[in-house]
Amino acid sequence: MSDFDIRYVSRLARVSLTPVEEEKLGNQLGLILGYIAQLKEVDVNGVEPLAHAIPLVNVTRPDVPTGSLDHEEALRNAPARSNGLFVVPKIVE
Amino acid sequence: MLHQLTVAELTDRLDRRECSSTEALEACLGQMARVEGQLHSFLSWDEADARRQAAVADAAIASGAYRVERPLLGVPIALKDVFCQQGQPCGCGSRILQGFVSPYDATVVARLKAAGAVVFGRLNMDEFAMGSSTENSAYGPTLNPWDTSRIPGGSSGGCAAAVSANECFAALGSDTGGSIRQPAALCGIVGLKPTYGLVSRYGLVAFASSLDQVGPFTKDIRDSALVLQSIAGHDLHDSTSLPAPVPDYRTALTEGSLKGVRLGLPKEYQVGGMDPEVTAAFESALKQLTSLGAELVEVSLPHTEYAAATYYIIAPAEASANLSRFDGVRYGLRVDGSSPEEMNSRTRGAGFGPEVKRRIILGTYVLSSGYYDAFYVRAQKVRTLIRQDFLQAFEQVDAIVTPTTPTPAFRLGEKSEDPLQMYLSDIFTISCNLAGICGVSVPCGLTRSPRLPMGLQILAPPFGESTLFRVAHAYEQSTPWHRERSPLS
Repeated sequence: MSDFDIRYVSRLARVSLTPVEEEKLGNQLGLILGYIAQLKEVDVNGVEPLAHAIPLVNVTRPDVPTGSLDHEEALRNAPARSNGLFVVPKIVE
Repeated sequence: MLHQLTVAELTDRLDRRECSSTEALEACLGQMARVEGQLHSFLSWDEADARRQAAVADAAIASGAYRVERPLLGVPIALKDVFCQQGQPCGCGSRILQGFVSPYDATVVARLKAAGAVVFGRLNMDEFAMGSSTENSAYGPTLNPWDTSRIPGGSSGGCAAAVSANECFAALGSDTGGSIRQPAALCGIVGLKPTYGLVSRYGLVAFASSLDQVGPFTKDIRDSALVLQSIAGHDLHDSTSLPAPVPDYRTALTEGSLKGVRLGLPKEYQVGGMDPEVTAAFESALKQLTSLGAELVEVSLPHTEYAAATYYIIAPAEASANLSRFDGVRYGLRVDGSSPEEMNSRTRGAGFGPEVKRRIILGTYVLSSGYYDAFYVRAQKVRTLIRQDFLQAFEQVDAIVTPTTPTPAFRLGEKSEDPLQMYLSDIFTISCNLAGICGVSVPCGLTRSPRLPMGLQILAPPFGESTLFRVAHAYEQSTPWHRERSPLS
């Protein structure tokens, strides 16, 4: 896989890698991509893709209001919180 | 030796007032104190909470609770670290969820509790269920109770080791490509992957949502049917769960003969790299099945050779989407950064281990612009062909039989530096998830030296669990293998 760019894809995946990891994961993924490329041999003309083995459609539950997670409970595992909200780094200056 | 009983044996004793749930739990805790230093099956356990549950069960038994209403009343059952249990940690064997406490019960946990089980303990696993050895746990591997220089299998290695070593009476795990059946085979116990849609995944941390399924680890087939009966069935909280009644699986356990049962032998499963002792054990299992009256029929699953490649596109693709929720905002680890993107990337870089990173990056790549059709959609089409192979085979046979794994348990470190070799150790179990059918692994022998368990895999059509139980139970009851216990049991 000559066009596999580990830096580009790890950025898309939002996973920061050290230079050592980039080298090692890049090589391993090269081998794995070589292996999975064998699917190119299979004749899939006219075959529909399968997303779920047991397809169900229009799954809804009865339209009855029920309780949901308590506000405090929802925030309990937050690594950073303030004023009853999750806190993230500044997005707009 | 209460901890050595099966679930069915324990409930008989509880009902006859020959022992209490508290005594059964203490027997498990005592066994854990003896063997955990060598095995590391558990990541954590809450003794006080477990003792409270056992006391409640004992009070219910004393006041005349009906076993039919609460089939697991008083039975200590442990959980893979992938299920939410209210007020308990859920870490998926990952640093990124360190400190997380579940705000609610998974549906299967709620159902175990409703059936009266004493639900305790968090069992070790490959991080986010990605792996075949538990070596990918951020908290160190679990070891095989038959030989502690070897791995117990994975990803649910803690479940298999704990049940095999009698640290709990049964355990719940999850199976995305073999994560219940493979460790069960390598630890000499029974592991069941039910049909996709039979058991709710609400409260199961998602890995690959079109493949994940919850199932039990037990000491024999009767227990497997008993636990499945309690957790199966429609759940409004899981839109993929099938709205259909659950059959009574006990009726599948009455028949000792397999007369009239047709079993398929896939010719494509005679692969290179098979351990000769696994081949020999499988062949003698076939003889045994024939002597019970089953008819063996050769079947063809022509797309078998593409199953692993298909799986290693679809599973990472779905994982890359599912694991995007671990972003340092709502729960778990956070490593600060000057922007949200930097915070997300640093958190995930520090929180995920190498295998999870490999799969997230692989999944992101096969879903990325320009590659989506070439990899992901093509894999979904091959998946259609793999499913059709099975459905066509099941027109000729009631079930398919294979070895569960090509080799017995391998040594710690033997494959951990070669991800592709590790992936290929799941070669016989992967197709079952892609096809959405059900499968079980049942012990079928021990290697000579060292003595290591091997498993027979039985596969049946969607919602064919009764067929699995019938074939596996008849086989099990006519062989000694399920009574063999590890040196650490």
